[in-house]
Amino acid sequence: MTCIICPNSCQMTVEASGDTYNVTGHKCARGKAFAISEITNPTRTLCTTVKVNASYLPVISVKTSGPIPKNRLMDVMHVLHAITVNAPLTCGEVVVHDILGLGVDIVTTTSLSDISS
Amino acid sequence: MNRHDVIVIGGGPAGLAAAIAAHREGASTLLIEREARLGGILKQCIHDGFGLVHFKEQLTGPEYAERFIEACHQQGLQMLTLTFVTKIEKHGDIFIVSIVNRNGVSKHAAKSIVLATGCRERTAKQIFIHGTRPSGVFTAGTAQHYINLLGYMPTKQCVILGSGDIGLIMARRLTLEGAKVLGVYEAKATPSGLTRNIHQCLYDFDIPLHLSKTVTRVYGGDRLTGVEICAVDSQMNPLPETAEYIECDALILSVGLIPENELAETLSVKLDPKTKGPICNEDFMTSVDGVFTCGNALHVNDLVDYVSESGDIAGAAAAHYTQAPHSEITFHTGQNVAYIVPQQLSQKVTAEKTVLYFRSAKPIERCQLFIKVNNDIVYKKSYAFLKPPEMERLLFDFSALNLQSDDHVTFEIEEESHDLHHLSK
Repeated sequence: MTCIICPNSCQMTVEASGDTYNVTGHKCARGKAFAISEITNPTRTLCTTVKVNASYLPVISVKTSGPIPKNRLMDVMHVLHAITVNAPLTCGEVVVHDILGLGVDIVTTTSLSDISS
Repeated sequence: MNRHDVIVIGGGPAGLAAAIAAHREGASTLLIEREARLGGILKQCIHDGFGLVHFKEQLTGPEYAERFIEACHQQGLQMLTLTFVTKIEKHGDIFIVSIVNRNGVSKHAAKSIVLATGCRERTAKQIFIHGTRPSGVFTAGTAQHYINLLGYMPTKQCVILGSGDIGLIMARRLTLEGAKVLGVYEAKATPSGLTRNIHQCLYDFDIPLHLSKTVTRVYGGDRLTGVEICAVDSQMNPLPETAEYIECDALILSVGLIPENELAETLSVKLDPKTKGPICNEDFMTSVDGVFTCGNALHVNDLVDYVSESGDIAGAAAAHYTQAPHSEITFHTGQNVAYIVPQQLSQKVTAEKTVLYFRSAKPIERCQLFIKVNNDIVYKKSYAFLKPPEMERLLFDFSALNLQSDDHVTFEIEEESHDLHHLSK
């Protein structure tokens, strides 16, 4: 598999025997952790936008505060399509707590002033 | 007229880093940005993967920019936004920068200039696609601007031409937002984007990648209704007998970036045909004394971390710039080297480490980079693989070599011979 943690894009091999995984081809500990997670429970950080009221831009960029299971990306997108947040917002503000019970928040990734400023 | 030591033009990642560096080195610095918000293209790059080199963590584009913007505010840097530079003139040792903004037209003087004007996307006009001129043909960056900043969906069902990173990222973004991406088509036999983006943007969403295929014609009246796809031969010529029609309402182009150097050219800055950015020395000073360059205006980068690094080097050098006679040694690109930045080295280089960026001309497994001075090898480094989409950076101390103006410095990449490869096994 190809590691997606950094641009090195290491080509890794995982050998599974029972509950132990032998990873080769990685150049760092994060790569090894990614390889095992990719076999057992593949996760991704979701970056998207949500609608925002009272600002000079109609959307604000957000992300999940941590990785979520890959097969739940579309479920989270569905929830985020339906919500609208209010400006002003600062970078890192939580706009949805514990989304879908996945244990991660939706946080803003930029600051956006309201229309008055 | 307002006087400054350094004027930085462009408030993206390169310009922000350059302005912070110039200010840090004690220069009175002015940063000029044409848009309302600082951050440049990072504002719309809402995906993560930025800052792994610089901050050792995964940030989104806006978060990465925010850190530099915060630093500018904290240091009380003088910044003008919604300000457009109309002209730069050199009068003796002084540059006069004409600007226009909401306060009208004015002029600012500076001892040195940093051009951090970024790059532009190649458009449909530059890749010779036949057919009508319907709406629905966008560059990937335009589609990204529509979705991530303006909240518009530009397509329901599209084809992406070109496998550059922005195209791959937009394939994922469009899919997440509910559009159908029918496929990514790449005329070359190898993808242009980073391998990790092929995986996390295409394979994660079952978007097919078609290599050695290109769009040859667009159809539609007011709006795009479909495209014609052809396979290409090894010379990149389309093969008409392979033509197929694909119905779609948008064609998204990710077919390369070109450094933006209109202002540089008005100053008669010499450009490198290989990088399409200015020819510069290790301080990123161009062929015009006192004019510095950095970021994507210098050469198209794949990582923002190195954009910031070049901005930092250029900004600090611009702060310390004094006019003095100097001579440069030219770096030559030998076999398998697509380009090297900087292209020149001051003969009296004093820095212990010079930052060098290069790309290989083709994908090569198991190879060695050599720096040769008059055919003597002064440096070599082995690589498991080199790919043109993935820029390499290295540090080298030229100061100890005591180079003379007639020394011939060459960068070469040599493939390890097949026989040796077998022996080593």
